[in-house]
Amino acid sequence: MDTLVLLTLTGLGLGALYFLIASGLALIFGLMDVLNFAHGAFLTVSVYTAWRTAETVGGMPGLLLAAVVGTLTGLLLAAVVELVLIRRLYGRVKEQILVTVGLSLAVPALVQTVWGADARPFPVPDALSGTMGILGARVPVNRFLLIAVALLVLAGIHLFLSRTRYGLIVRAGVEDRAMVTALGIDVTRAFTLVFALGGALAGLAGVLGGLYFGSLSPHQGTSLLVFAFVVVIIGGLVSITNVALSALTVGLVQQYANYYAGGYGDLAVVALLAAVVLSRPAAGTGSPLTRLRRALSAPRTRSAGGTA
Amino acid sequence: MTATRTPRATPAAPAPAVKDAPDARDGLLRRLRPATVPVAVLLVLALLPYSALDIPVLLDGPVNSPGSLQLFALCLVFGALALGYDLMFGRTGLLSFGHALYIAGGSYGTQLAMTELGLGLLPAALLTLVLGALAALVLGAVSLRTLALGSVGFAMVTLAFAQAGSIYVERNPGGLTGGEEGLPLYVDGVPDALVGVQNTVNVYWLALAYLVLVAGVVWTVTARPAGRVWQAIRDNEQRVAVLGRSPFAHKLGAFVLASSLAVLGGVLHLLVTAGATPHTSTPEFTLTLLVMVVLGGSGTRWGPIVGGVLFTYLDQRLGGWDLGVEPMLILGSLFVLAVYLAPGGITALGRRRNA
Repeated sequence: MDTLVLLTLTGLGLGALYFLIASGLALIFGLMDVLNFAHGAFLTVSVYTAWRTAETVGGMPGLLLAAVVGTLTGLLLAAVVELVLIRRLYGRVKEQILVTVGLSLAVPALVQTVWGADARPFPVPDALSGTMGILGARVPVNRFLLIAVALLVLAGIHLFLSRTRYGLIVRAGVEDRAMVTALGIDVTRAFTLVFALGGALAGLAGVLGGLYFGSLSPHQGTSLLVFAFVVVIIGGLVSITNVALSALTVGLVQQYANYYAGGYGDLAVVALLAAVVLSRPAAGTGSPLTRLRRALSAPRTRSAGGTA
Repeated sequence: MTATRTPRATPAAPAPAVKDAPDARDGLLRRLRPATVPVAVLLVLALLPYSALDIPVLLDGPVNSPGSLQLFALCLVFGALALGYDLMFGRTGLLSFGHALYIAGGSYGTQLAMTELGLGLLPAALLTLVLGALAALVLGAVSLRTLALGSVGFAMVTLAFAQAGSIYVERNPGGLTGGEEGLPLYVDGVPDALVGVQNTVNVYWLALAYLVLVAGVVWTVTARPAGRVWQAIRDNEQRVAVLGRSPFAHKLGAFVLASSLAVLGGVLHLLVTAGATPHTSTPEFTLTLLVMVVLGGSGTRWGPIVGGVLFTYLDQRLGGWDLGVEPMLILGSLFVLAVYLAPGGITALGRRRNA
């Protein structure tokens, strides 16, 4: 029982981390069609600036300041990348991916050049380094912090999307970007906003990831990014709540499988991904029933309305 | 989708009959001319080990020293790997981030077939090739189903599979993969002619043969009807479906063919670097292939090869010149610049100026 509680809470903490990264990815991809490979690089740079801050200031104030610095680093970095690099390539999805791929290779190398390739310990304040007894399990305190922050972020994104004017534009843009532009609304500003927001979330996730793992390394962001991609695929791009649920599932599956299946949590996540992909109807075909109905009904092909 | 009742319309292929119209001698010359450049390049590369030329900054030793030849062999292998990857990326429009899985599969599979099953190099490589092609068939079919997210779904799922492979390799299950250390080449299973510093030249020629094989396969297949369909899928997939060809089957074909070439490339990587390294399994390894292809010029005959050779050379040499920065920082920045300044790749630069 106590093991199960520990695994569940740790899994929720990991899911919270994945959610912070994946929510930014999903928003960016949903609105701009950009598969942002540089997202992990934003996270990496943020966690290093946060680490420097936490080291110099020290203690709990240091961590709070580090969280602010990390988030701002992610925000600024993403905003600059969007304004300088991505903006010139609107409508050229492949080139945008290529640029972020280039950044995802160059930025960790830069971090490695400045701070070395070895992993470093992330300073965790005493208040967060202990454990807490819940139902007989000793759960590390920082797991609760992660879960709380993720819930706050989820509520924040939800409010942003449903209550603000920009949220409305973003939601409409995800639905049909061409129509939003046709209505005379400047989507590019929403692009920059969402990209920067994603960067800020990645920066925050970096700081929390530092707490969770207790260490940081130049390639941390890239490996976390892969799981964030998995979360995005499983959750789809329909709603931010789906992304949160998917992050939760992935975190839990990973933790359970790590314990009960001999350390193969990462592989279990990929197996889950394959299962989800296979159980989903392939694009454009629908369920077997609708396919049958279409085949029986008319020789008219679906291609009539298709203009890519 | 497939059972549309359109009359059999073959995708537009340029009519070769028109070209053959002039008299026979001129036609023969014209048919031979496309072969002159590849044959000349092949001759130069094949005879390279007979040159003792010393190039001070660019190379550490003379051209035919084992160190230089190993560097050249590695460059050729990566040129071929990039060309194989371009079969998906540049020719079919498939953005896969999981190519490393098959390269690492070729390396580790061959090594393990030699050590665990006691096979010789050739049977081990063939067994790995067959298994790798089967794996590509299954995983490719799964990955290609995800198109609900567009082509990006394919990219992300292939990435996830490759990451799983990479984690598996680094976990070192049962001491099989050697973890972060990798595995040194099992010398007893390899013919003597491919072992040792004095035989580097043979490994070099083998790498050259692999490049010739990949170039032959890629250039031939893309000129045939299947290749035309791939190109059509890249340009407009819906139109292909309307014309009664199955985009899924053709994409899967390109995936399996490219993956099989990658498995063979893994075998070559094992021989050239004298070991299986976990780095070959990482998603970053695939990203570098993508960088090579785009730098050189995707969808062209020579672009991926030039990109692969140049990138590998710089990656290897920049570390040796002791610039105080990681090679990947320079190469990654170069790549980002190239996306803006040289959209068609290096090989397109000269052409554009002429035009």
